[in-house]
Amino acid sequence: MNTTSFKQSFLTPRDMIGYALLAAVIFVIFPLLLEPFRLNLFGKYLTYAFVAVGLVLCWGVGGILSLGQGVFFGLGGYCMAMFLKLEASSPENTAIQSTPGIPDFMDWNQLSALPWWWEPFSSFGFTLFAVIAVPVAFSYIIGVAMFRRRVGGVYFAIITQAIAAILTILIIGQQGFTGGVNGITDLRTLHGWDIRTDSAKTLLYFVNGTLLFAVLLAAQFVRRSKLGRLLIAMRDQEDRVRFSGYDVANFKIFVFCLGAAFAAIGGAMFTLQVGFMSPSFVGIVPSIEMVIFAAVGGRLSILGAVWGTLLVNWAKTTLSESFPELWLLGLGALFIAVVMAFPNGLAGVWAEQVEPRLMKLLRRDSKAAAQTTPAE
Amino acid sequence: MLDVTNPNYVLMVEGLTVSFDGFKAVNDLSFYVEPNECRVIIGPNGAGKTTVLDLICGRTKATSGNVAFKGQDLLKMREDQIVHAGVGRKFQTPSVYEDLSVFANLELSFPKGHGVFGALFFKRDAEVRERIQEIAEMIFLGDQLTQKAAFLSHGQKQWLEIGMLLIQDPELLMLDEPVAGMSVAERKKTAELLNRIIADRSVIVIEHDMGFVADIATRVTVLHQGKVLSEGSMDHVQNDPKVVEVYLGH
Ligand SMILES: Nc1ncnc2c1ncn2[C@@H]1O[C@H](COP(=O)(O)OP(=O)(O)OP(=O)(O)O)[C@@H](O)[C@H]1O
Ligand SMILES: [Mg+2]
Repeated sequence: MNTTSFKQSFLTPRDMIGYALLAAVIFVIFPLLLEPFRLNLFGKYLTYAFVAVGLVLCWGVGGILSLGQGVFFGLGGYCMAMFLKLEASSPENTAIQSTPGIPDFMDWNQLSALPWWWEPFSSFGFTLFAVIAVPVAFSYIIGVAMFRRRVGGVYFAIITQAIAAILTILIIGQQGFTGGVNGITDLRTLHGWDIRTDSAKTLLYFVNGTLLFAVLLAAQFVRRSKLGRLLIAMRDQEDRVRFSGYDVANFKIFVFCLGAAFAAIGGAMFTLQVGFMSPSFVGIVPSIEMVIFAAVGGRLSILGAVWGTLLVNWAKTTLSESFPELWLLGLGALFIAVVMAFPNGLAGVWAEQVEPRLMKLLRRDSKAAAQTTPAE
Repeated sequence: MLDVTNPNYVLMVEGLTVSFDGFKAVNDLSFYVEPNECRVIIGPNGAGKTTVLDLICGRTKATSGNVAFKGQDLLKMREDQIVHAGVGRKFQTPSVYEDLSVFANLELSFPKGHGVFGALFFKRDAEVRERIQEIAEMIFLGDQLTQKAAFLSHGQKQWLEIGMLLIQDPELLMLDEPVAGMSVAERKKTAELLNRIIADRSVIVIEHDMGFVADIATRVTVLHQGKVLSEGSMDHVQNDPKVVEVYLGH
């Protein structure tokens, strides 16, 4: 047998079709079809896809279910919001406050100086660094504390959920420092560039899409590497991996931190596109919603996560515009339906129903022999 | 105190004891394994055989005693460090990665790229592919490399797990019931395979099938209630009245 057939390929022809299709939808079809307001809405949905992609790696591939990804989304978003808020709180803009030059909510809470840990966020460079570094450092601490002690499975899920709840309470309670339940609002400009205009929002949409593709390809690289296969192996036979000479905890910490980094980028892009960040994106409910996005897309599929996010959010907006009280029920029902009937989500439906037909068509058209990929 | 530098033994187990809430599954156990020896451990169900392997490979923490492998104190080492020191272990129930191909199963056991970044940038180069092919042929799976492990027969999974250990080339190989659930034909092939494998390493095998034991054993240790009941050649053990009473007589 010719062993060269086991060369790893980063993107198979099938993958490329998937990526091309998604790129066409995000970069061509949406911008052409949607008016700026709707485009911005879809841009917001796509920021959740960053989280869902991270969940595919952590949960789908690695078996580590985190019900607290909102924490990292929120931390990334808050870091960005702090920078934008400082810029919006220039002494001229805040001249009517008792202490001009600090964010309005601080002034309302009788703070008379900017807290020291806010100071570095007046630098955009530091902010970009912090958007990734703060959530990753936090996830690293959680990862080391949990995975080194071999806490896993349901216990880990519950602890991440508790962390999401605690952080929400903390943000709400410390309103003088965080803006409390309203979050950090009224964000205006980035280095003088008004982010509230339609043209800025459209540009940010494209920046967001580009970053999403960078994250997708990074996830794809991890998935196709030996590390990706190790994650699957750990999910199914953790002891076998350990007794093959791997320090399992390190791999879990890595993928958990990677998921946190992805979520953080999404959070920062959310803040930029939507113009605020609040604790309602940090807590338990958004964290669980993000798991549902990944599940609907198919928890093993990187591209599926994006489609799942788009589909569920589009349904949410449509449904809750007409039947707001039904949405949560609908979401619950959707989750159960997916888990029971389509455990591989949209990606499964695609791979089993759509793709075979598509391939047949393509083969007939071009006689390009479609390559079947062997199991990994 | 144990002289961990004694070069005559690959593995020295002395006074090994583990207590699960007061129940001593392994009780003051001592035995010594020589280079190139194939030691078979037999004994009734619940005798503590699997637990002994768990203790040696670090899966279970010992309550007291010593385990020395080539001068290293295994009881102080983490599981993955023990593997890197040269101890490989097969589990009683076949543990393979069902969602991955036979090739990937072997690849993950290839002794390179064990760190996070080593694994991320690991390349399936010619050396890796050839070694995997070589091992796969040895374990009778040479033409099944692209097969998902889930679709292998029970016996083939046992072979695959043995192959995953072989590719690490351990100096001490520990196999927990490697022929359990195999057909007669598969057993014969496995005995051949083991006889080839044990040529240049030490092996500890746990087995119930006495015909198979007779085929491969250099020496046999009979375990009963966490203690050594008898030890010696197959003939010696089989004729030991104590062994006949608690184990072979059934
Ligand atoms: N982690 C544990 N906690 C409590 N008891 C344990 C634990 N591991 C093993 N035991 C007990 O120790 C005893 C020895 O178990 P062990 O699995 O080593 O037996 P064995 O000789 O391998 O048996 P078999 O032939 O059935 O595989 C059993 O009574 C078992 O219930
Ligand atoms: Mg056993």
